[in-house]
Amino acid sequence: MEFLYYFGDVFTPISFGLLLLGTIGGLILGATPGLSPTMAVALLIPFTFHLAPVQGLILLGAAYTSTVAGGAVSAILLKIPGAPANIATTLDGHTMAKQGKGAQALQLSFLASAVGGVIGVLLLIFLTPVLAQWALAFGPSHLFWLAILGVTVIGSLDSASVVKGLLSGCIGLWLATIGFDDIMGAQRFIFHPALGGGINIIAALIGLFAIPQVLTMFAKGRSATNAEVIEVEKHSIMDAVRELLRRPKALTIGTITGSVIGLIPGVGGQIAGLVAYDQTKKFSSEREKFGKGHSEGVIAAESANNAMVGPSLVPLLTLSIPGSPTAAVLLGGLLIHGIFPGTDLFDNHPDVAWTFINSMLIGQILMCIFGLYVAGLAARVAQVPQSVMAAVVLGLAVFGSYSVQSSMGDVYVMATLGVMMYFLERFGFSAAPLVLGLILGPIAEANFIQGSMIAGATDGMASYFLTGTLNIVLIAIVVASIAYSVWMELRSRRYTSKEEIMG
Amino acid sequence: MSYVSLPRVQHIVASGFIAAVGMWVAWISYTQQPSEAFLFPRLISTVFVVLALWTFVKAILGWTKVGNGVSRRDFVWLLPGLIIALIYIFWGAKALGFYTAGTIAFFILLSFYDPSPHGVAKTWIKRVIITAGFLAVMYGLFAMLLKVYTPREIFF
Repeated sequence: MEFLYYFGDVFTPISFGLLLLGTIGGLILGATPGLSPTMAVALLIPFTFHLAPVQGLILLGAAYTSTVAGGAVSAILLKIPGAPANIATTLDGHTMAKQGKGAQALQLSFLASAVGGVIGVLLLIFLTPVLAQWALAFGPSHLFWLAILGVTVIGSLDSASVVKGLLSGCIGLWLATIGFDDIMGAQRFIFHPALGGGINIIAALIGLFAIPQVLTMFAKGRSATNAEVIEVEKHSIMDAVRELLRRPKALTIGTITGSVIGLIPGVGGQIAGLVAYDQTKKFSSEREKFGKGHSEGVIAAESANNAMVGPSLVPLLTLSIPGSPTAAVLLGGLLIHGIFPGTDLFDNHPDVAWTFINSMLIGQILMCIFGLYVAGLAARVAQVPQSVMAAVVLGLAVFGSYSVQSSMGDVYVMATLGVMMYFLERFGFSAAPLVLGLILGPIAEANFIQGSMIAGATDGMASYFLTGTLNIVLIAIVVASIAYSVWMELRSRRYTSKEEIMG
Repeated sequence: MSYVSLPRVQHIVASGFIAAVGMWVAWISYTQQPSEAFLFPRLISTVFVVLALWTFVKAILGWTKVGNGVSRRDFVWLLPGLIIALIYIFWGAKALGFYTAGTIAFFILLSFYDPSPHGVAKTWIKRVIITAGFLAVMYGLFAMLLKVYTPREIFF
């Protein structure tokens, strides 16, 4: 119950102000199609650089939580999911809105998000210290395999092509080696003066997540936002609460599905929402109503995508393995403040760890309260023309990446990586494993070097890195995640081929 | 969804470029000294080259299943914005000053991609107001709140 000791720290004026700012800003950003939660959090990182670590994390955590929930606004009122996590919400939410039940759909989505989110954060609170203590048993070889696991799991599970996902991870690992070697001080791959200090994580995160979206908006041309906002009528919140309580099955299935999926690294909110929707439909006595504006569809999808937020941070805060691309960006936010996840975080910075986690708990409730009132405004913001959005994000990316170290080199790195990522994405590569490689690369290398020194003094590299129960378990998980993804990819292609033949 | 229409030449060029980068990384890793500093790069570059060559061979054989490439229409719309953004970042920000270059780039991009009719005075007034708002917010946020000293150069 250590977390209770730090509960009051969330309510200091600056921390609470940032929590409010992150929550309201996140709701608006989340409702804006084209601005993903990952990109929103990446663009916020430069601002946190000027704050104390705990304050920075509170802002990022609040933005993470509410961008996921805010995406429901445009999903319901515009039929455009604000984030991939809200795809399942569109199925019944927008139909409800068209039937004149938009306010009820929004209220249910925020209430279900809050319930799912609170339970998800409680899981984070109770699971994290246990796993962090377990992480104490990890030596250099285990930490090396954990870092590799982080890259391969996201590379294989989060990508449409396993090979391209793993290749993205390799590119990230290589980018992480650019600069001066920590042990020998040797120059590595410095082919431009801007790379002398290596690749700055924040500049890279902004470039990899923001610039491809800017270029995607450019490529769409002069497309007007034709989406029509459905007006929200008045609806009693208490009626929505009663409706939520009448649907405990949908809420329970959504919350459990989201929490379990959140714990699996690499599987995002999109999967959580869709799986929860599908399972709730299967177990519902009113399954014929799904897709026709059924409240259970909204409740299941929204409770699931917010329930995964807390658990997705469990592997991040204990083992440095982010559960989602946004969690990977949060890891970058931790590392720039010199805070390393795992026992270091809970032993040396318990105030930072627990205040951050507590703020996520409070953030869920604030998100629910403000969500109900900001929804109308957020839907209007969602209609901002793409031309404005692209130019604003480009400006924020340039100023944000420069502001971290007052270095033009960082701006050049941000732009180069961003343009490169846009084209890589067009050819089936994914930003998430590349970012993971970039973030976990130094951890993998430091432990690989340390491990090889220990191995040199003992039984050799093979024995040190490939034997021992924990090493074997970790290697088995790496192999299993790749094998599973290859199997899934082949299976989905077989179905596609059959459909092509049939069709 | 059919994969037959994937732009094969684009995939060959893209995967060929990545394979070339992979081989360059492997070459440097295996030839540069001190070798201890390149131990980890050797490990990852080996995997990098294997995966990149696998992707390249698949592209040549037309077995690529993922990625739709860049269509001619997308490229035509993308190119002006990309050129303006690159001029802004690699030349304008340093030569003209951060705020001046940022404002000019913002106004050009906004005007170019804005679907509103160009022949109407009201449209231009709206664009000028949005650009002025952007400049004010960026200055307030970065210069006044975060106290970031940006290159001013010949202008502001």
